[in-house]
Amino acid sequence: MYQFEYHRPKTVEEVTALLARCESPKILAGGMTLLATMKQRLAAPSDLIDLQDIPGISGISADAKNVTIGAMTRHADVASSKEVARAIPALAYLAGRIGDPLVRHRGTIGGSIANNDPAADYPAACLGLGASIVTNSREIPADDYFRGMFETALKDKEIILRIVFPIPQNAAYQKFPNPASRYAMVGAFVSRSAAGVRVAVTGAGPGVFRMTAMETALAKTFTPAALDGITAPIGEMLQDMHASGEYRASLIGVMAKRAVASLTG
Amino acid sequence: MTVVAMQVNGKQVSADVEPRTLLVHYIRENLRLTGTHVGCDTSQCGACVVHVDGLAVKSCTVLAVQAAGSKVRTIEGLADGDSLHPVQAAFKEHHGLQCGFCTPGMIMTAVDMLRRIPKPDEATIRQELEGNFCRCTGYHNIVKAIKAASEVL
Ligand SMILES: Cc1cc2nc3c(=O)[nH]c(=O)nc-3n(C[C@H](O)[C@H](O)[C@H](O)COP(=O)(O)OP(=O)(O)OC[C@H]3O[C@@H](n4cnc5c(N)ncnc54)[C@H](O)[C@@H]3O)c2cc1C
Ligand code: FES
Ligand code: FES
Repeated sequence: MYQFEYHRPKTVEEVTALLARCESPKILAGGMTLLATMKQRLAAPSDLIDLQDIPGISGISADAKNVTIGAMTRHADVASSKEVARAIPALAYLAGRIGDPLVRHRGTIGGSIANNDPAADYPAACLGLGASIVTNSREIPADDYFRGMFETALKDKEIILRIVFPIPQNAAYQKFPNPASRYAMVGAFVSRSAAGVRVAVTGAGPGVFRMTAMETALAKTFTPAALDGITAPIGEMLQDMHASGEYRASLIGVMAKRAVASLTG
Repeated sequence: MTVVAMQVNGKQVSADVEPRTLLVHYIRENLRLTGTHVGCDTSQCGACVVHVDGLAVKSCTVLAVQAAGSKVRTIEGLADGDSLHPVQAAFKEHHGLQCGFCTPGMIMTAVDMLRRIPKPDEATIRQELEGNFCRCTGYHNIVKAIKAASEVL
């Protein structure tokens, strides 16, 4: 790891000022991804700006319509939140299956979606629930936020403050974890609400995406069988040492059907 | 260099280190507490697990400066004088180790697990050990030891 300067500001304004002043700064949340990248010397920020002391950007609140989760909220706190379990149990379930307990004690939702790993879990929940990503300058709908592999709509020096999840009628997440890393080989998040059915898929392609053909089919008949024969283009799937494109494409159907089945009993 | 101060095993400590110093190196090299191990250095194996403000974390993926002002507990802080912590005693009794390299991390993870889930079943114990690797035992006796400890805690 190269040298850097470390800062622990107490307000979002101080973060903004540091981001403007430092040469090539990076925000540090849980460090579960960033520190690993710095050890490999794939990132060499001049300054790390640690968000841990900023009040108001961690924690969970819920009202009749939305569950709001602060960017610095750790995966373990989402997994064990009674409010999340009551309003969107699929979201608590998803958080409890990220990595391992030790990673969940440090890793944050803001860090996960800022990073936008193509196999990460939270992007599927954001897109599958139609969440909004609130930053220090604007509110970005999930549909516009995720832009493919490690790419997001975030501008340089923009800070995620919180994520607002509309509460659906019901929702389910199913993932086939990579047995070594626990990241999703394929994960499918399905939700039903007054706005319609959403199916978001992570792990399969170069970034999270919606399966609109599945959404249309499920809007007509909400059963696993409604998904028979609906596939994603194999050429657009990720292929690597863990799984071929064919295998990932096939897992999309399996995971989406399992998610639907868990909602139809 | 920055002065990084924290509480480790109940004692106030401080050391002058670079911001890039990892918590595990601060513990091992500055404090000379070498019970915490480095297995992979890539947040996979769990040999480096310690508790920071009561939560089990991989100390190879935490900067010492991030833990400044925190309360840290390492394997050395678990026993009460000469009497082992019940989880340590259970690992001894049930042969939950062979070479012992993974053991400090396993025990710190197990103590954290039993704090959150006092009576885990076998499947839960195995799932909770997702972030701790053992290359010797095949996990069987580790799981047995944790189950036994849960019954006396
Ligand atoms: C062993 C292991 C297993 C894992 N398994 C999984 C898994 O199964 N599923 C999964 O989804 N993830 C998994 N992860 C990743 C984990 O969820 C991380 O927590 C996550 O990728 C990054 O979150 P972080 O808080 O640690 O962010 P950091 O590493 O601190 O930061 C990541 C990036 O986000 C930026 N950033 C952080 N916060 C903000 C913010 N508020 N505003 C703007 N930018 C910000 C940082 O500058 C950096 O570029 C795993 C990680 C490890 C080490
Ligand atoms: S040394 Fe930290 S997880 Fe392996
Ligand atoms: S006892 Fe040798 S690695 Fe676990």
